[in-house]
Amino acid sequence: MNPLQTILILAAAFLTVFGEATLPVLRHWLGAQVDLLPVLMVYAALNADLATISLLAVLGGLWFDALSANPLGISILPLFAVGFVIYVRRDLILRELSFAQLVLGTTASAVVPGLSVLLLLTAGKQPLLGWGSLWQWVVMTVGGAAATPFIFALFNWCNRSLGYQPRTEPGFRPDREIRRGRI
Amino acid sequence: MITGGGRMFRKRNYLAIGAVTLLALLILSLPPRVTAQLKLTMGSLFLPLFGLANTTQQIPADLADSVLPRRELFHQIDRLRQENEQLKAQAIQNAAIARENDQLRALLGWQQQAPWKLKLANVIMRDPANWWRTLQIDLGSRDGLRENLPVLTANGLVGRVSAVAFTRSQVVLIGDPNCRVSALVENPAHDTGIISASGPLDTSLVDLTYLSGSASLKPGQNVVSSGLGGVFPRGIPIGQVVDSRPVEFGLYTEARVKLSADLGALDQVWVLFP
Repeated sequence: MNPLQTILILAAAFLTVFGEATLPVLRHWLGAQVDLLPVLMVYAALNADLATISLLAVLGGLWFDALSANPLGISILPLFAVGFVIYVRRDLILRELSFAQLVLGTTASAVVPGLSVLLLLTAGKQPLLGWGSLWQWVVMTVGGAAATPFIFALFNWCNRSLGYQPRTEPGFRPDREIRRGRI
Repeated sequence: MITGGGRMFRKRNYLAIGAVTLLALLILSLPPRVTAQLKLTMGSLFLPLFGLANTTQQIPADLADSVLPRRELFHQIDRLRQENEQLKAQAIQNAAIARENDQLRALLGWQQQAPWKLKLANVIMRDPANWWRTLQIDLGSRDGLRENLPVLTANGLVGRVSAVAFTRSQVVLIGDPNCRVSALVENPAHDTGIISASGPLDTSLVDLTYLSGSASLKPGQNVVSSGLGGVFPRGIPIGQVVDSRPVEFGLYTEARVKLSADLGALDQVWVLFP
């Protein structure tokens, strides 16, 4: 477990939830707010350990629900489900490829709100749904997809700048020195 | 064949799934009062950021104020002075009308109407989820707020207080499924209905449902709160009728109402105390 990475991911989740609640620009222009927690979960699932994924699902979900009219805890399971599935299959995913990251970001941004609404309906709540919700879902999916490369680039930069970098070994090895004779 | 490492991996996975699912189910099954307290506690973690954001937003406004020419300031003061004089005259007239109204009510033996007490609140954030229509204001129980107090702007009704913390409160807006308002159409028949949830995209339109089948609505007629239900006092402007249609084979009439208050651009709201 890399504590710096975990702290960075959780701090980003905290700021993301705060930004979603206080910056109404996208909602004003597009009629929907983009949720970046699923994208953060994709990053965590591809690069962090299971403890970080669980922490992100629990804390990110609780923070989101605390500022929303959602029942507290309803966002935990959709986030964790997406993170866990990616984590289990991450060795089979070409996670360094931008295209793979983009596809995963798009899928997660589409699946998490869908699962959340499904859970709300299962819990007997009446969220505000209609034909316009399809547009909101598209905005959330496309917005999440568009943000994915930036989130990955930002975290890679943070890890490079703040994280421990292993010292690279020089190419010279005395045992591989070629000793030449006179001829 | 499952190796030792693979078995360990599986065990950790099962543990994580079990722990997270159990925690989520535990939180979801907590009593509503405990959940509300927990929610307020979690939400208060964001308070330092709210303060920081407010300060940051204030800096450009202060800068703009500092470079405003004196001539423009004097012009604004003159305009505000004139507006103040007009409002004072209007207030005197309103007070006379209110006195007359009280006298007439006393003659008829009707109950006296208490004047509205209002408190100004700043909108500090909106619901991050797209499927709810709520916002949070910077007044809480320390300011005397409690649940179900009406919230409005100078243009019309906005919603009601749905949860109260010490320093902030949650307001559920008109158009959210959890905010239903008994409304009255200002037409000769005084048709009454319920303002209920509308579509998720357009915040300016709501549905007025459960109007009688014989209701004769015309576009442009004013809709105000009816005072029924005990939450919203009578006469708060809600909006204007856009169109109407019969539903359930003419048993009821439904109308679309354009809200007077712009719910998408709320910066400050008034909380109404009875």
